[in-house]
Amino acid sequence: MRTLIRDLYNNLVEFVRTFGAFQLFFLRVLSHAPQMVFGRPGLVVKQIYNAGALSLVIIMVCGFFVGGVLGLQGYSNLARFNAADSVGALVALALIKELGPVITALLFAGRAGTALSSEIGLMKATDQLSAMEMMAVSPVKRVLVPRFLGGVVAMPLLVAIFTCIGLFGAHIVAVDLLSVDVGAFWQQMQLSVDMEDIQEGVLKSFVFGIVASLLAVWEGYNAIPTAEGVGRATTRTVVITAISVLILDFMITAVML
Amino acid sequence: MLGHPVFPEQEPHEHQPAVDGVVIEDSENVIEIRDLMYSRGARVIFKNLNLTIKRGEITALMGPSGTGKTTLLRLITRQLVPQHGAILINGVDIATLNTRELYVLRRRFGMLFQNGALLTDLNVFENVAFPLREHTKLTNRLIRHVVLTKLHAVGLRGAADMMPAELSGGMARRVALARAMVMDPEILIYDEPFVGLDPISMGVIVRLVRRMNDALGITSIVVSHDVAEVSTVADRSYLISDGKVAASGSPGELSAANSELVRQFMHGMADGPVAFHFDAPDYEEQLLGRDSG
Repeated sequence: MRTLIRDLYNNLVEFVRTFGAFQLFFLRVLSHAPQMVFGRPGLVVKQIYNAGALSLVIIMVCGFFVGGVLGLQGYSNLARFNAADSVGALVALALIKELGPVITALLFAGRAGTALSSEIGLMKATDQLSAMEMMAVSPVKRVLVPRFLGGVVAMPLLVAIFTCIGLFGAHIVAVDLLSVDVGAFWQQMQLSVDMEDIQEGVLKSFVFGIVASLLAVWEGYNAIPTAEGVGRATTRTVVITAISVLILDFMITAVML
Repeated sequence: MLGHPVFPEQEPHEHQPAVDGVVIEDSENVIEIRDLMYSRGARVIFKNLNLTIKRGEITALMGPSGTGKTTLLRLITRQLVPQHGAILINGVDIATLNTRELYVLRRRFGMLFQNGALLTDLNVFENVAFPLREHTKLTNRLIRHVVLTKLHAVGLRGAADMMPAELSGGMARRVALARAMVMDPEILIYDEPFVGLDPISMGVIVRLVRRMNDALGITSIVVSHDVAEVSTVADRSYLISDGKVAASGSPGELSAANSELVRQFMHGMADGPVAFHFDAPDYEEQLLGRDSG
């Protein structure tokens, strides 16, 4: 029992220490961000391309099928109450407020987040970050900050694309396959979706972008510089990002209701 | 061999200009290590290590594998911090420097890493140009000129457009050498510079190390196991063993030394105070499974 309590105490202390270090790391990254945005925009644009453009295929394919599934489920359930025409509203609200930001963030963690963690971890393992330090170049500023900013900018754009493609998928399923009236589909959507709903989705996409990108660069930067260490860091990126996104989603939703 | 003089004779700076408002004065001893202690976990790497590196000399740090030579380089450049003792660069204890001062100091260093440590997302040209792009406002034309000059010096001007993944280990190391010297540093640190080089490249690199040192008035620190090559280029050698300096002097003095350890290392003998085998239980007992483990 005493051992259990001691282990719990040690784990708690370790968690607090890591969380504190993570916050300091966030502040350090933020302090360099303006310098990178205005001084080296080319580096940031390259990382927006890496995190955003290279994730487009997975985001579009998943968005289409998530929208299609929502269309199917929405139609079959709403039809029981003679409300099949409202499927457009249901799909739009679900995608804009919840599924768009959350699923995009999870996919981002799996594609771009793991790429960031493993890239930075391997740079550390092959002494590239040490070499930069020796050349009097801060790796945090030169490597981590552009990648973090690239993710933060790319995420809302990916969420917007995911949502639009999802709506398109829902339209194909509901209107073209299940014969929901096209006018009703779009009109219900227009009537149901407020600017507040869109604001909630945009806010979530920014928050998830910050969290997913920051966790990816943090894990990569703190990876043990071995093949196994980089592998573990990559796995941790996905797991911790997924948990953090879902917890934050609940908190933001609760606050904005 | 090198075509035209790559490093014209020039007078070393007598007074260092301020960089970012930080001035570090020169002194005769570029690096002084005093009573250095460093351990990793329970393993003591250095205990009361003392050594001095003089300006303008090529100093070799030698020693058996695992004696912490690379660790010592990382301590000198403050990538690691010692538990006790002081490392003075131009008379300044590097432990007292803040990050900005440390970066100013590091601009006077060039370091060749054991594995090259080239940035894998940049091609050879951009790798060598990296410090210039980060620290200077030179025009692209001038950067091109400087980079091609350095690549020519290491014989890889023709590989400027190649990516690091396309290079052999030896080529990567030569590119890294070009990058280390592109800012014309005052102190050049080479971590195992001769590993993986073919005899032709090794000969050129050895001469290049000597030539740069003499022409530019820089100070070089070479960590190497290659006793024969290091002996041809070093002014002074330190043999490190068991966490401290076991012997020091010119390569000739070390070769003629009577110490058993020095003779074993310098002449590559299997028998001597440095054991080839890591601590282990009795071979026969272990093979027969009679050891306690």
